[in-house]
Amino acid sequence: MRFQVLGAAVAGAALLLTATGCGSVASKPSAAASSSGGASNAPSSASTAASASSSTESSSTTPAATTNPTGNLTVLAAASLTGTFTKIGKDFETANPAIHVTFSFGASSTLAQQIIQGAPADVFASAAPSNMKQVADAGDVSGTAATFVRNQLVIAVPKGNPEHITGLADLTRPGVKVVECAAQVPCGAAAAKALAAANVKLTPVSLEADVKSTLAKLTLGEADAALVYRTDALSVADKADGVEFPESAQAINDYPIAVLSHTSNSTAAQAFVAFVQSAPEMSVLTAAGFQKP
Amino acid sequence: MRTGTPSRGRTRSRVPAGLLLPAILGLAFLVLPLAGLLVRTPWSTLFTRLGAPGILDALKLSLLSATLATALSVVFGVPVAWLLARVDFPGRALLRALVTVPLVLPPVVGGVALLLAFGRRGLLGPWLESTFGVTLPFTTAGVVVAESFVAMPFLIVAVEGALRGADVRYEEAAATLGAGRWTVFRRVTLPLIAPGVVAGAVLCWARALGEFGATITFAGNFPGRTQTMPLAVYLALEQDLPSAIVLSLILLAVSVVILASLRDRWIAAP
Repeated sequence: MRFQVLGAAVAGAALLLTATGCGSVASKPSAAASSSGGASNAPSSASTAASASSSTESSSTTPAATTNPTGNLTVLAAASLTGTFTKIGKDFETANPAIHVTFSFGASSTLAQQIIQGAPADVFASAAPSNMKQVADAGDVSGTAATFVRNQLVIAVPKGNPEHITGLADLTRPGVKVVECAAQVPCGAAAAKALAAANVKLTPVSLEADVKSTLAKLTLGEADAALVYRTDALSVADKADGVEFPESAQAINDYPIAVLSHTSNSTAAQAFVAFVQSAPEMSVLTAAGFQKP
Repeated sequence: MRTGTPSRGRTRSRVPAGLLLPAILGLAFLVLPLAGLLVRTPWSTLFTRLGAPGILDALKLSLLSATLATALSVVFGVPVAWLLARVDFPGRALLRALVTVPLVLPPVVGGVALLLAFGRRGLLGPWLESTFGVTLPFTTAGVVVAESFVAMPFLIVAVEGALRGADVRYEEAAATLGAGRWTVFRRVTLPLIAPGVVAGAVLCWARALGEFGATITFAGNFPGRTQTMPLAVYLALEQDLPSAIVLSLILLAVSVVILASLRDRWIAAP
């Protein structure tokens, strides 16, 4: 079930993406080679990165490289984790000065496709178990994925709640423009579940491709209400309020995190996954509106 | 892509390798992704996927909105091109640069910009709503507006190029014979640049047909109302890659058929 070019091809930039995809895969060993080549005159973290990544073949491996996490770490994370993971990444680099963390944020489905196509990455944090499952099914997850946070839907409304929306039933009032995610993306599936649980039939003005564009329709003033995650509503707390509703308990979204099997730096990757789940960093996540699993 | 075949056309002499080789590479670069799509197409389930609900609606909406956007672009874009090519006024270079802004702008940003202009709280939006009762976001009209915004520069650039290439002496001769500027434009200039206008309109239509970012940002995504084929493809991609490929192929096939038949009918083969 490996679709190599496809996602990209359909998006219309196929060859470009294919080229970069192949290029990045191909460039992985060469980059490692070049950095180990430069190790003699640059005794920086790059040299230890190279020795850590190729510790099995390398003739002169420093013993410290295998125990102490060093080098570069690439983390692919769901777009909804942008704020929190950027903060956690900084904390992680402070705690482990020899590691440099690079994030790539995007839709979990897109990231999953990139991993399956061979994008070089060490850790994947997904906004939905289904996307993690895709990656695991392709054999790209090392060990098992752990649920590290949960997210719940709220009704985001403009600051001050001018339409006095208190629950899902209010969204069916005539003249109230509602946006939600399309059923194909996790936030849309969650919205459909919550609406079914509330027995509310809703006709939104738009079914958006992701939760951030759903929220943007509200913050730009085009919609009167948007079904988004609590973390999204909190991220624009100056412009919007989040109205909690009981049926959201029927549609809680689990966020799994896992080390990827083709990681070139599994020590650092394991360390990062553990770090995310440590108490201080969990408080970063809960402050943003996530719930502990 | 046969290298040795002598051409049937006007060029009798050997094609220089310095042109042929990059031409072949260029063609391969453009055609290879299409080949990638074809290789992965789930031919066995093609027809059941074609019958999936909503596909026909999305296709109809795509063709309708792209055609309307092209018509709008011709009506407003040709005069813009004429202004830029034929009238000398201060700030013309700046204006020409501004016209190409939608080409450079990431389409999603273009969509946000459109919301800030024509949205409920935009510059013109409230006035449009109070005066004409028109709201553009989340409507099919909004799709046409978004597509026109992104595609019109293609037409303007093509038509301006044609105008600059056209011999001004015909227009001058007509003017000395007593024709006014409007008559000259209608009877002399327009026929002269007709191939350029058609080429521009074709480019414009193709760009409008494939438009995604500005459309989903400005008009949203609702089946039957604002969900065009590229939007349907994007969402299908989230779950079901084979369906996304089938949808893309339909869009490609329809556009290629339409463009190829237009070319035979409207553009005389050299």
